[in-house]
Amino acid sequence: MTTGNDVVVTGLGATTPLGGDVASTWDALLAGRSGVTPLETDWVERFELPVRIAARLAVEPTEILPRVEARRLDRCEQVAVVAARQAWADSGLGEGDVELERLGVVVGTGIGGAMTLLDQDDLIEASGLRKVSPLTVPMLMPNGPAAHVGLDLKARAGVHAPVSACASGAEALAWAWRMLRAGEADVVVAGGAEACITTITMAGFIQARTMSTRNDDPARASRPFDVDRDGFVLGEGAGIMVLERGDFARARGARIYGTLAGIGTSSDGHHITAADPEGLGQSRAIAAAIRTAGVEPADVGHVNCHATSTPVGDVIEPQAVRRAIGDHPVLTAPKGNHGHLLGASGAVEAITTLLSVRDGIVPPTLNLEKQDPKVQLEVVTGEPRKIDLVAAVNNSFGFGGHNVSLVFTA
Amino acid sequence: MSNEDIQKGLAEIVEEVAGVEAADVTADKSFVDDLDIDSLSMVEIAVQAEDKFGVKIPDDELANLKTVGDAVQYIASNA
Repeated sequence: MTTGNDVVVTGLGATTPLGGDVASTWDALLAGRSGVTPLETDWVERFELPVRIAARLAVEPTEILPRVEARRLDRCEQVAVVAARQAWADSGLGEGDVELERLGVVVGTGIGGAMTLLDQDDLIEASGLRKVSPLTVPMLMPNGPAAHVGLDLKARAGVHAPVSACASGAEALAWAWRMLRAGEADVVVAGGAEACITTITMAGFIQARTMSTRNDDPARASRPFDVDRDGFVLGEGAGIMVLERGDFARARGARIYGTLAGIGTSSDGHHITAADPEGLGQSRAIAAAIRTAGVEPADVGHVNCHATSTPVGDVIEPQAVRRAIGDHPVLTAPKGNHGHLLGASGAVEAITTLLSVRDGIVPPTLNLEKQDPKVQLEVVTGEPRKIDLVAAVNNSFGFGGHNVSLVFTA
Repeated sequence: MSNEDIQKGLAEIVEEVAGVEAADVTADKSFVDDLDIDSLSMVEIAVQAEDKFGVKIPDDELANLKTVGDAVQYIASNA
């Protein structure tokens, strides 16, 4: 749609377990590569954790950022800044192209600076107050990734940080869409960041019995929709989009990847971790996204699923898709490749959903060998699927019953 | 320890914490105005200086150390 009030995507940035940028991540998805590897740390041994795999970053942010900048940032802030700089460069926006008072930032995280919190707790226990860093609070606060991206760009139209667990990255894009549609900004840099592969987050997810223990076969551990799935694999990374008002982007002659046509959010009101068993909240989010996009369910040919590879969650989402859209969309679930990036997952997967629409190709779901019979929709497996897409949906759901759906069109 | 040695040691800390080239950390430079060091980094520099030189730098003294030379003098007198 080109209504003049449309929200277009003009820049992409990411750092993930599959690659240090969008191109390498996308290539790995299409090629069916895994980013899951053995987690070789002393604490895995020391606490005898039953989970000894994770999806670590392919490129360390400290290899990209100057040393002094890196030491002032928590790892989740580092990945946010790395991805945001890529996205900004990709957009072609230069100094002065957008008034800073018309430039916004929305970057979400699910957990925030957990590593800083734990490191600083170790320091106060071992050496007392004076060894605690004066940067502790800005490094652990969950608005840290957004704040640092905002500072980097000198954004002055508002810097926001939605926190809704594994929906945070998608919620940030929804928030950006609202800012642009409301006329609060001309350009918004938005997405999600997460980097918390550490003792307590791992232990907490383990105790909630949500993680895969397929330690002897890391690359095949994350297997959305497969009958033998046994939980998710924790990942880390960031995904950032540059979003603009359509009229603003066209006036400057920007290269446009596609349109964030609509967004839908809902809450389950059901349970703190479990999704509504029929996916009613999820289908309301999907339906709202389709409605705000101004498209018909028949136009949605593809859904990039939240599906995390947990036994319970993966069978609920397809029910919600069928209720809101119908039986025709083909599904994919990229967490089979890059694991669960928590608050970054919605943003990274929004990027790949957008690329599917642009290129007319849907990546296969890795490790889907025998589809769960309760998943009664077609899932792409084996090879990428070429398919002309008018519109595609990206779903993200978070602990707390947060549901966010995004609709992308060409 | 000579003032020269103190300044050299302090410059190493400033480079580590704030990324200022050690060669630029000279006696006449103001931490804030010349070296662009914020209050958070000053706390880190003070803690590292305390460890390195075996000196106490209370907050009310730290506030008076405007230049590198001030800090070198304070450390030399109190170590």
